[in-house]
Amino acid sequence: MAGFISTFLASAVRCAMPMFIAALGLVFSERAGIVNIGVEGMMIIGAILAYAGSFLTGSKWLGLLFAGLGGMAFGLILAFWAITLRVNQTVVGAAINIIGAGLAVTINRMIFGVNTVAPKINNFTQLHIPVLSDIPFIGHILFSYNILVYIAIALMLVLHYVLFHTELGLSVRAVGENPRACDTLGINVNRVRYGATLFGGLMAGLAGGYLSIGQLAVFVEDMTSGRGFIAIAAVVFGKRNPVGALLASLVFGAGEAVQYKLTAGNIDIPFQFAQMIPYVLTILSLIGLVGKTETPAASGIPYVKE
Amino acid sequence: MSEYILEMKGVSKYFAHVRANYKVDLQVRRGEVMALLGENGAGKTTLMNILYGLYAPSEGEIFFNGEKVNIKEPQDAIKHGIGMVHQHFMLVQALSVIENVVLGMKGSKSPRLDLNEAADRLKELAAKYSMEINPWAKVWQLSVGQQQRLEILKALYRGAQLFILDEPTAVLTPQEVEGLFDMIRLLKSEGKTIIFISHKLNEVLSICDRITVLRLGENQAICNASEITKDELAELMVGRPLNNERHREDTGDDNPVVLKLEGVTCNNSDGLPGLKGIDLEIRGGEILGIAGVDGNGQRELAEVITGMTHVTGGKVTISGDDMTNADPIDIWKKDVSHVPEDRHKHGVVLGMDLVENNLLINHFRKEFQKGPFVDWKAIEKDTEEIITDYHVKTAGKNELIKNLSGGNQQKMVIGRALERDPKLLLALHPTRGLDIGATEYIQQCIMDQRNKGVAVLLVSTELDEVISMSDRIAVMYEGRIIGIVPPTTSISDIGLMMAGVEPDKKDDQE
Repeated sequence: MAGFISTFLASAVRCAMPMFIAALGLVFSERAGIVNIGVEGMMIIGAILAYAGSFLTGSKWLGLLFAGLGGMAFGLILAFWAITLRVNQTVVGAAINIIGAGLAVTINRMIFGVNTVAPKINNFTQLHIPVLSDIPFIGHILFSYNILVYIAIALMLVLHYVLFHTELGLSVRAVGENPRACDTLGINVNRVRYGATLFGGLMAGLAGGYLSIGQLAVFVEDMTSGRGFIAIAAVVFGKRNPVGALLASLVFGAGEAVQYKLTAGNIDIPFQFAQMIPYVLTILSLIGLVGKTETPAASGIPYVKE
Repeated sequence: MSEYILEMKGVSKYFAHVRANYKVDLQVRRGEVMALLGENGAGKTTLMNILYGLYAPSEGEIFFNGEKVNIKEPQDAIKHGIGMVHQHFMLVQALSVIENVVLGMKGSKSPRLDLNEAADRLKELAAKYSMEINPWAKVWQLSVGQQQRLEILKALYRGAQLFILDEPTAVLTPQEVEGLFDMIRLLKSEGKTIIFISHKLNEVLSICDRITVLRLGENQAICNASEITKDELAELMVGRPLNNERHREDTGDDNPVVLKLEGVTCNNSDGLPGLKGIDLEIRGGEILGIAGVDGNGQRELAEVITGMTHVTGGKVTISGDDMTNADPIDIWKKDVSHVPEDRHKHGVVLGMDLVENNLLINHFRKEFQKGPFVDWKAIEKDTEEIITDYHVKTAGKNELIKNLSGGNQQKMVIGRALERDPKLLLALHPTRGLDIGATEYIQQCIMDQRNKGVAVLLVSTELDEVISMSDRIAVMYEGRIIGIVPPTTSISDIGLMMAGVEPDKKDDQE
């Protein structure tokens, strides 16, 4: 039973990671008042670039770098259209999702062709930490992951500090609430928003990379399957702060882990129902939040300097 | 050092086709309170936004302490020691007081924010000016007066020497205005300079040393406050003598009651009690004025009468019929007309022309219908009549209403409300944001309705307007009517009631 629980929890953490990493970036762009629903498209681009990058260079770290830069490039597209051109952010985000999905497939087929066996690539594997990983039960839950998981958790602490204890973080929180007030205090609103949006893209790309060369070692078309949208839900559910995003992602990750357990075990329910679990969980969590979230006052509204 | 802390020379500003400022000169001496007086649209705020670096001037020069300066963005203005308190406060509601204070400040070399240290400094500063403020409160928890003090503290914290106060009294009760004036005197005694933007003559005369009058974006006059009368000042500001008298006829006091509210309660948009038991009556031929600081239930009062908000208790009677929680359209059909608080939000559709805007509230009337269709000829003719009768300046009935000036939009809204000969008129802030000419005209239109026997409920935050127009004045405070007094009541007594002090019952009997 203990083995079952520790395996399940470890699986929940692994499943939570793509959502969590993307959510860390989204926390910043959301706080700055930019609605990024294109995160799904940024993730799938990150997934293919990490896989292709690792395949072409032989280095998983370079693969990850490609993923981050790719996500950032899409973040730049979102920022330029949403902030500079002041186009409706939902529409731009939707466009990015479509382009991302299409482009990822194209890159995949250009490099790997169709219907071939996926080549072996250099990917992130479980890190065995001496002593710690060998502790019964706890060792499995806390110390059975690849290095990216630990980096993400450390990054969360850093980001939490940045957001709530630095001038930069204060600016990010303020431009999403009252950009005009920030302008009168000499803060360059659009620069802060660009920065937050680019960072959001970077993290979304890395989240995709985690999926293809961290969690798995393969690229599958449409492999993000809604994780970007769940990440958005995790940000809202986690009250737009990094630690909250982790907790919310863990809830959704647990849902996914349950789904794998159910489909793998010979339990007598159709697998389609099991697959629904993460999404149903997302919807239920958001329903429970109705009227309770504090959306930044200037969310989704471009700032027009007079 | 120059005699002047600030000189603006020949400053002009053009927006597309509009000339907001034209060759304006402004000279401010160190340690004085300079009024910038003018009507809405005279270019006062534009000029100050140029000084604060929010707008780039089309031409002109700015000298600070005798030296020419180039203020490209607010950061430059702040560096020169200029602090601006905007009419609509530039505060981030969701953040704490101290976060708002340090926002945008490049403090120490480390990126870390030391809020505790900043809070100590703020408290010290506040104590020096005998202000009390909790650094850790969220801004949305503060009263409007406290938010204004926070804005002044923000500027002080940044070491401001010159304070621009843009219409600072618009949101305050008379007592809070006194508090603000004390603050201004204190700042002045410290050698700070203040530019006080206003269109209220009494305030300008009582607090300012000198007055610069702007009209239509140009310099009109510069004078000493001690050497000019209120009437002279008004004429400089408006360009013609003012007519403060509205023609009021004796309508008797035994007209039937048109509107009656008994113990009405409702919730506001946040789900909190908005009205806490309102009793009032309005007879035909009288204006009941509602005085009070914005947000004390005036909006909810209008909404329960027009059927826009659900009444949770009590009874609304219109012309003898129980209209509690009736549909807005059924209330409208009882000859109730409504001049809404915010004409852009609830009054007109900016992207539609005058005819369509007129149709919006009249589509159910038989005379504008042809079977299931709109009788366009009839509604067009009706619209043309409103344009003529109410002197709406427009290129024609098919002009989009957004192309009209605020005053003309409001004339259209008023005309539309009055053209149908209502029995009850709800007028909310009917002259807010209008110039004096349009204000005079609209006030007379409302007075004419009263003289004709219409029952009028007038809501306004301009105390002068309420006092000059009303037959009786009801003062609202936190969702209650704290007292109903005659218009002869002194401003300070009404001011106390606006701040929640119950009136002396004895005085009320007169």
